[in-house]
Amino acid sequence: MEVSTIKEYEKTGILSLKDLTLPTDKQLKKGVAIIECVQEIPCDPCVAICPVNAISMKDINALPEVDYNKCTGCKRCVGICPGLATFVVKVEDKKALITLPYEFLPIPKVGDNVTALDREGKTKGTAKVIKVNKSGKTTVVTIEVDKDLAMEVRNIKLD
Amino acid sequence: MGSILRIKKHPIIDFKDKKKILFYYNNKKMQGLEGDSIASALHVNGIKTLSHSLRFYRPRGFFCGIGKCSSCFMTVDDIPNVRTCILPLEENIRVLEQDRVGELPDKKFINRKRKKIDVDIVIVGSGPAGLMAAIAAAEQGVPSILLVDENHLIGGQLVKQTHKFFGSKGEKAGTRGIDIAVELMEQINSYKNIDFMLETTVVGCYNGKKNHKLIAVKRLRKGDQLFEINSKNVIFACGAMENMLVFPGNDLPGVYGAGGVQTLMNVYGVKPGKHVLMVGAGNVGLIVAYQLLQAGVNVDRVVEIMPKIGGYHVHAAKLRRCGVPIYTSHSIKEVYGNGKVEGAIVVKVDDNFQPITGTEQDVPCDTICIAVGLTPSIRLLEQIGAQTEFIPEAGGHVAVHDSSMQTNIHGVYVAGDSSGIEEASTAMIEGELAGISAAASLGYNKNARKLKQRCRKALVEFRSGPFGEKPRICNEKIASCWNGGINY
Repeated sequence: MEVSTIKEYEKTGILSLKDLTLPTDKQLKKGVAIIECVQEIPCDPCVAICPVNAISMKDINALPEVDYNKCTGCKRCVGICPGLATFVVKVEDKKALITLPYEFLPIPKVGDNVTALDREGKTKGTAKVIKVNKSGKTTVVTIEVDKDLAMEVRNIKLD
Repeated sequence: MGSILRIKKHPIIDFKDKKKILFYYNNKKMQGLEGDSIASALHVNGIKTLSHSLRFYRPRGFFCGIGKCSSCFMTVDDIPNVRTCILPLEENIRVLEQDRVGELPDKKFINRKRKKIDVDIVIVGSGPAGLMAAIAAAEQGVPSILLVDENHLIGGQLVKQTHKFFGSKGEKAGTRGIDIAVELMEQINSYKNIDFMLETTVVGCYNGKKNHKLIAVKRLRKGDQLFEINSKNVIFACGAMENMLVFPGNDLPGVYGAGGVQTLMNVYGVKPGKHVLMVGAGNVGLIVAYQLLQAGVNVDRVVEIMPKIGGYHVHAAKLRRCGVPIYTSHSIKEVYGNGKVEGAIVVKVDDNFQPITGTEQDVPCDTICIAVGLTPSIRLLEQIGAQTEFIPEAGGHVAVHDSSMQTNIHGVYVAGDSSGIEEASTAMIEGELAGISAAASLGYNKNARKLKQRCRKALVEFRSGPFGEKPRICNEKIASCWNGGINY
């Protein structure tokens, strides 16, 4: 067994930022989709739903590539992704807006204060719910957190 | 009355208010809901022990939840050995725990007068593969197609898949399995040339020169009916059964197949317990663990004996960000409890999968889910004489078949998990391929070549990534068996 070739996220289920191709600060200001999909699995609905063709794949097993210049941060890919692996992040002066898929009850309401969680489910303070949309049974929630948590917070918890 | 286990609100499934049903368990009056199976109704009432082992009289609960194992056998209305996990609950039904093997009553419960049915294609199993096979054959114009399934619902395991499927737009990607089941059922209903028989178990298959003969029993409330189905072609899409893992205490009520638990909560709306330990981090383990959280059940952790997570990272990430830890290079050592699961000892393993002394951890829990793979259901294929081979990458013995899904028996086809363990998307394509091939062999071959090529291309595409390695190897091995090649 070639244990040495196993990537850290394959052991833990948690990605580090090094595993991702990240947008520039300028692109983040505009708000772009970050697809945390790092394995070649046969799946491409994100490519089909993107209205500006910002997401591309060489074939159905390839990794999705986001053209951060083309991406408008429209959030459609957040609700369609079967792996719930797509997020839209927009960084403002002091705050960041994170849009994430949510499939639990109760459904958060605009204005709610919820607990922000990172990729390991650890609490990262409080987030304010800015927007709530439905994409089928998946709720697409936009929350506001401190700017420095933009690339850390990926889930919420309601009490 | 145990109703804490009933799921009232769910983010994905709409569990509507249902009619209450009274029934008797060991002469005690109990209440369930319309749509319950006997086992799910008993579970809600706190009855986890359904039977006892033959030799040592150890308590046994259900395991697979889909009628494939025998651990839920009970006596229902005087009939012994009834699979209570798939029998719908009925008003005033009398359920008894039987003394080991049960007693055959004097009562006549099978109508010996067999009814004969003649069809062009019979399909055994109405999961994704069977449904697509029926639709494809119907589309080709085959006059009479019969779908037979032993469950009371159409859709096989699609009916419990609340997550969105992967794949491409053409293959229903982004749609939840439960919704695909509804879509396919509507399609099936729109074809006049497809009939289906539910709650019907095929118990015998005979390979004839012109026709194949299947003997089936349809469960009816007053005396089951025996059927003799004569069919030119047969497609077996019988699915698979969950594997068991060997450890002390693995037969305690509360140790369930992960798929069995998925059925219990997503089909019947019943939680398996309050606190779960998941064994296995393949896609089934990861998905069911997440769905347990959605049903409001606590998942303590997932343990996986391999050094890496076997399922898709995206499924693992969903669990991790909800705070559920995944322990790779860990396994279950034993389960303890008095008559039911009260906890488990998990242990770290070394590179040779041997437990490392001193790394044991005690995990208190009331439910253990076993998600350690599946074995293809091929008993009927063996009975009809299809050649089988042991292919580890396929999950066990599978029927050897050609690129049109036909076995070495003329007119007998196989599709879905019973042709090698994979997932629902490829099962649907294989079903389509088998349906088109079976239709073509009867002369309904419009565009058959083109359609088959499209299916084969889709299968190759699906399997071309790193997660398609096992099905690819499996396919190569089957092809070489078919060509009379190597023996393993």
